[in-house]
Amino acid sequence: MATKQTYETRPLECWGKAKEIRKKYYQDYAAAHERGGIRWAGGAWTFGAIPCGLGDDVHSLTSEPYAASIAADKKFSIKCLEATERAGYARDLCSYMRNYWGSVILDEYLWGGPFPKPDFIWQDHICCSHAKWYQVVCDHEPGIPHFCIDVAVGPAGEINENKLNYIVGQMHDGIEWLEEVSGREYDDEKLIEAVNNECRSTSLWAEVCELNKAIPAPLEEKTMFSLYVLGTLMKHSKVVADFYEELRDEVKDRVENQIAAVANERCRLMSDTQPPWGFLSLFRYLESYGAISVGSLYTFGLIGMWEDKPDGSWGPRTTPRQKGIEIKDRDQALKILAEWNLHKPEWQHFYSPHLKTEMMVRIAKEWSLDGVMLHYNRGCEGLSLGIAENRLGLLEAGFPVMTFEGNMGDEREFDLARTKTRIDTFLETLGFKKD
Amino acid sequence: MITAGIDMGAKTIKVVVVRDGAMVGKAIMVAGFDSREAAEQAYAAALDDAGITKDEVEYVVATGAGRSHAPHSKRDISDVASGAQGVVTLYPAARTVIDVGAEEGRAIRCTAEGKVLDFALNEKCAAGAGAFTEAMSRALEVDIQALGPMSLNSENAIPMNAQCAVFAESEVVSLLHAKTPKEDIARAVHDAIASRIVSLARKVGFEPDVVLIGGVAHNVGFVDSLERALECKVIVPDDPEYIGAYGAALAAAAR
Repeated sequence: MATKQTYETRPLECWGKAKEIRKKYYQDYAAAHERGGIRWAGGAWTFGAIPCGLGDDVHSLTSEPYAASIAADKKFSIKCLEATERAGYARDLCSYMRNYWGSVILDEYLWGGPFPKPDFIWQDHICCSHAKWYQVVCDHEPGIPHFCIDVAVGPAGEINENKLNYIVGQMHDGIEWLEEVSGREYDDEKLIEAVNNECRSTSLWAEVCELNKAIPAPLEEKTMFSLYVLGTLMKHSKVVADFYEELRDEVKDRVENQIAAVANERCRLMSDTQPPWGFLSLFRYLESYGAISVGSLYTFGLIGMWEDKPDGSWGPRTTPRQKGIEIKDRDQALKILAEWNLHKPEWQHFYSPHLKTEMMVRIAKEWSLDGVMLHYNRGCEGLSLGIAENRLGLLEAGFPVMTFEGNMGDEREFDLARTKTRIDTFLETLGFKKD
Repeated sequence: MITAGIDMGAKTIKVVVVRDGAMVGKAIMVAGFDSREAAEQAYAAALDDAGITKDEVEYVVATGAGRSHAPHSKRDISDVASGAQGVVTLYPAARTVIDVGAEEGRAIRCTAEGKVLDFALNEKCAAGAGAFTEAMSRALEVDIQALGPMSLNSENAIPMNAQCAVFAESEVVSLLHAKTPKEDIARAVHDAIASRIVSLARKVGFEPDVVLIGGVAHNVGFVDSLERALECKVIVPDDPEYIGAYGAALAAAAR
């Protein structure tokens, strides 16, 4: 066990700005119609850069982060979940989906007022729930036009021209559809700008996460949840790309000056999948042992885009612009957007848990971890898929693993006291004691 | 050196007093609604049993689900750590500890020094714990103490499909209506709980010697089912329910 050491720590200076961006995002969506703008809804995984070609007054509501926000508000979450169950939907479905549906069924927006109905739905099919999510929404909000892109072309390592064209072809169809449902002429320049922003913001987020390889870690995961979320809202926006640049600079400064996220850091962990959003205090509890969760494949790879660096390490993916590529037309923009997104780390394990294990072991090694906390998340079939296989892979690689059961969006399926006991036991077995 | 360990279990509170590594006093109380008061009573009774006064106790360590509420304790450790420590002290060749209490079942793989290598717990479910056998004995209208010996007289292995204590109770009722002998149902109950526990043991990669602790270790029917499922002998200490408190008292001495 490492000797006890205390590092200097201080809050992030750009923290308030992150909160403001998030708040404005939800306000802009709700108020879009008052300003003559357009509202659309879709998953955080959808190709959100594409609707940007309809104008600067087009605002989205991405469903998973919205549902996670509901989950963090336990009182409203229970109301939503029960409304969904009363409507006849099973309790073991995706808990994000159930929170979102509940908000629609109740006609209540988390931030006040009635649920702001979107003008259209722009979605892609990354898991079974995503395929059904908005079909049900359309049952409850009849008349909303719905476009969905099928992305099931296999993992990044198996992409070829035909597979890429299959997705890009749907994107072209989607743009024609967007013009039809919005009555607006599509602007390719705005699309190109959005694609460049997306590549920039997602590469920058990976750079921020990479900086957490430092000891002491400049960020801990509870804070990272509030920062990565901006990418799930509008990774294609200049606002988010610029913010991540500012954040990267501040985190770099923290690393250079050994400013820690957790003053008593002596045990480094990672988690996996979405956390139980109503119980993020769990991450603070780790600190009583000097333990810190420095991130996870989820926080690193849902938004961050990565590549192998010449020294063999995992680092931020080089953007097309950094490679000297200037996007000239719609087709090129769509190809880059599709290819970029298909390399998303969190997209790979839908095809094989072994791909996920490889990335997790890599994180465990490169971020100098002492152990892993796996959330057997009953709320998400997609990201929990194969997690027991990941456990075995991590153990085989020599990393101690603890598991805890829970649900990212349904507090009824999480036991805080027992999970804390489990953490106590795990950290004790690793040789750490409470301060 | 005299130390004490308090195991604040979900249903009962156990206190063990240790002098120079040997258990010299012990007591058990039902936790009830005021577990702290019950712990005070158990602590006083254990000291009385050991013939030792409060002032002679140098250090107290608590363990168990309610350990943060234990009186007198200066530190607490997890059930897993205390169970492993208690077992390897008594049985140095032990490498796997199976602990089945009222509300939780757990499997622990450890070294000869009591260092925990891996552990697995059953999750938010009574089907792998003592509460399960209690619920089933009620459904069978058989005293819990008689359930174990009764199952040893079974001549037929009946599969019990339910993984849930609530559904298992329905299944027991159906078997009773089908005139299935109670002995066979009792064995099916023990086989079901053993199946869940063995799943935990295999998860941590169990190796002999295997020691069974916790109150359910008194149930001879369960021990029989567990040995058949593990395909190996299981060692049961004389006071299996006290091993967690004993391990805590040893941890107090080794602080």
